[in-house]
Amino acid sequence: MSARTQDSKHYDAIIIGGGHNGLTCAAYLARARRSVLVLEASERLGGMAATREFSPGFRASVGAHLLHQMPERLIAELQLETHGLRWAAQRLPTIALSATLPPLTLGAGQSGLTGLADVTEQHAYAQFLSSMDRYATALTPLLSQAPPRLGTEDWAERWSLLKAGWRIRRLGRRDMRELLRIGGMNAYDLLQEHFRNPYLQGAIGLDAVLGTNLGPRSPGTVMTLLYRLAAQRNGARRGLALPQGGMGALTEALGAAAQRAGAEIRSGAPVARVKVAGDRACGVQLASGEEISAATVISSADPKTSLIGLVGAEHLDAGFVRQVSNVRTEGCAAKVHLALAGLPAFAQLPAAAQGARLLIAPSLDYIEHAYNHSKYQEYSRAPAMEITVPSIHDPGLAPAGQHVLSAVVQYAPFRPNGGWGEHREAFLERVIDTIAQYAPNLRSLLVASELLTPEDMAREFRVTGGHWHHAELALDQFFWVRPVPGAAQYRTPLAGFYLCGAGCHPGGGVMGLAGSNAARQVLAAA
Amino acid sequence: MEQKPAVPHFRQPLKATPFHERSRHYSQLDSFVPWAGYSTVDVFSTMEQEYFAIRNAATLYDLTPMVKYRIAGADAARFLNRLVTRDVSRLRINRVSYCIWCNDEGQIIDDGTLFRLGEHEYRLCTAEWQLDWLLASAIGFEVQIEEVTADIAALALQGPTSCAVLKSLGLAGVERLKPFEIGLFSGAGINLTVSRTGFTGDLGYELWVDPQQASALWDALMHAGRSRGIRPIGSRALNMARIEAGFLSPKVDFVSAENSVRVGTDRSPLELGLEWLVDFDKGHFTGRRALLEQKRRGLRRLLVGLDIAGNKPAHNALLYADEGGQQEIGSISSAMWSPTCKRNIALGMVDAPYYEGSATIWAEIYLCRELVWERRMRKAQVAPKPFFAPERRRATPAGDY
Repeated sequence: MSARTQDSKHYDAIIIGGGHNGLTCAAYLARARRSVLVLEASERLGGMAATREFSPGFRASVGAHLLHQMPERLIAELQLETHGLRWAAQRLPTIALSATLPPLTLGAGQSGLTGLADVTEQHAYAQFLSSMDRYATALTPLLSQAPPRLGTEDWAERWSLLKAGWRIRRLGRRDMRELLRIGGMNAYDLLQEHFRNPYLQGAIGLDAVLGTNLGPRSPGTVMTLLYRLAAQRNGARRGLALPQGGMGALTEALGAAAQRAGAEIRSGAPVARVKVAGDRACGVQLASGEEISAATVISSADPKTSLIGLVGAEHLDAGFVRQVSNVRTEGCAAKVHLALAGLPAFAQLPAAAQGARLLIAPSLDYIEHAYNHSKYQEYSRAPAMEITVPSIHDPGLAPAGQHVLSAVVQYAPFRPNGGWGEHREAFLERVIDTIAQYAPNLRSLLVASELLTPEDMAREFRVTGGHWHHAELALDQFFWVRPVPGAAQYRTPLAGFYLCGAGCHPGGGVMGLAGSNAARQVLAAA
Repeated sequence: MEQKPAVPHFRQPLKATPFHERSRHYSQLDSFVPWAGYSTVDVFSTMEQEYFAIRNAATLYDLTPMVKYRIAGADAARFLNRLVTRDVSRLRINRVSYCIWCNDEGQIIDDGTLFRLGEHEYRLCTAEWQLDWLLASAIGFEVQIEEVTADIAALALQGPTSCAVLKSLGLAGVERLKPFEIGLFSGAGINLTVSRTGFTGDLGYELWVDPQQASALWDALMHAGRSRGIRPIGSRALNMARIEAGFLSPKVDFVSAENSVRVGTDRSPLELGLEWLVDFDKGHFTGRRALLEQKRRGLRRLLVGLDIAGNKPAHNALLYADEGGQQEIGSISSAMWSPTCKRNIALGMVDAPYYEGSATIWAEIYLCRELVWERRMRKAQVAPKPFFAPERRRATPAGDY
């Protein structure tokens, strides 16, 4: 045990960042009887997984608004329901909106399509889902473990690689061949092979690129779709769910679970740097100057902030730092929150369906057009969106009788030409106009609005580039190369320093797996 | 300052140094070779004459193509200490340090000399371009790096009478310059920076001037050195001197890990016998963790000096553990008959444990006698480097020969 300063305690582990991955990691370490301190920079826990008031009386989840990828096992092991997690809604359907046609409902699970007369298309949809589900099955177990290294001499890792290979092999000759064929394809081409209906293509295509800086025609987007489906399988029982009180309620439950297990949590305690002694992380120094020592330091911040910012390039090799700095971290998804005096009336949509997950992605070309702008540092003129009106299920989010609309909006580049200062009003108006095309009474209900661009996310939540997943979800940043080779197993080249954030395998999305996988690695090292 | 090319660059692929006109004038063989994008001389008259001038008189060697980087900024010292394996954090202003740097795997990328010119200003001189690696190494540091090769004309003045030549030129007090020290002088109306550095292992200096003054400096030195036997030399004579001095040559004794293609051809500083340049206690530097691991596992091979029987240089010879040539244990990268040491010397990579010195090693030497090839197995013995290290190279004040 290293020397202790008089006024501060020595911890087994310090976790930098009180987002859902940091808290998950803390909870698992504390349950294993480690002394744990979580340091959150802002006053509020949760990072991008938080709920906050954006207008008096109106609250919304600042980042992702639907919980659908958090493994059931994790919720049960950490007893999140005992620690206050309640569900406002589960198994929400997805509805592809149309301004003129009846809405197309994509059922939760495999219950199929409604709203489409074309029987062939219905059949194709069922087949597509079932084959994607089979491929996803082969991938799902990979998410809950540190990615095994290729060419390793470690027997456990070899075994795990072998198992992954076996799961793919077990798909059978035809499926395996198909998985290998489509693995590097783009979603656009794959969906053209399977479907003709533009709304159906658009709805699935949006899933492939949601939260990313990719368009349906970007390479590797079939893998991002499979990835989403594989992660979704972990939370399959609840489907698309809304935690009561928004995503912040999940954070609170995670925080409570960690504290109950013995972890200490300090908010308003930004870390300035990781302390290094004898080529080992040995604690942190806070922005206030206070120093706290620990045997292990685990960062849930993004890889660039963690490694280049907090540890510092001088403690790492130059080639490694170059790889870290080359990780693509610019986000392209914005969040819009609208405070509404009443329920927006989506045309063609029965009242009972207003609470579903609503998509504005009427075709693949629509999404690709929206993406085209962002490639040249412009915001989308006709953005694609994932919309929820959570107050329908969770009235506490808004004053009585009033509502909150929450939209993930694509695409909004990190830094548009001219800067966001010049564009934010126009972009927000564009977003409201776009939704109003589907819900004509929207403008008349509007009480207040909030736009969170990737730049806002970067500033407010200390995420380099403001990317929801910390690092782009792409073939070259998945599995054993996420975030970079040499740090893909939560360990980093600096002894005693680990990563546990969304920039690690298996990435962002409110899963908590990066946090729990990292905790396992930390415990295995002890 | 870039010389304006008279013809488009693609018609004149090699640039001329500021000394080019003088080199052409003194060249008897018109034998030029490329070096880092410049045309330079390999032999002016005969390699042997030039070699003996290095050891007995004074020589001029055009060093301008040596790639030079200006490294400046608040973090320059921290950046450099993380780049190179040596502790340069205490390198004083107006001092020079010979350094090497490695990639993450602890394999050598290049070597060079680091000049500290000011509080936050350094110059790094290397045989090959390094900008890509330097910029990668600069991520996270407040440091500016620019190549200044063409902005500075450089001339090596080496040999026992070199100090006397500079004194004749009017460089007052130059004899007090210590090895690896830098001084600013003027002589013959020329302001120049002088460093007591070189690649010959002998008394010598490197002179750094504005390219506009390059020709004037050359002429003044040739004039001042007339009675001291001064002559221009090419790279081949210099190569002889550096082998005697035990210095390694990139692309000859090792390949840069940034340019190598084949697996297993990279070399670490430990394998090159340069562990004295590696400071494991100074804090982190690129490659440190890999080198510690390599040290823990033990070396599989080591570059050593070899003393070989007979007088036939063992160029590119394979080395064996047995006279029969059954068990191959290494190869030679640099070899020569040393006229000064009167020994047949070489630098070669030898596998463990044969580099330890007690074992007899056999070198397979091929001789060409009027187009008839013969093969000789000659005994070789590991020998300490440098092979030639005269007292005068370090004596301060420098001797007046």
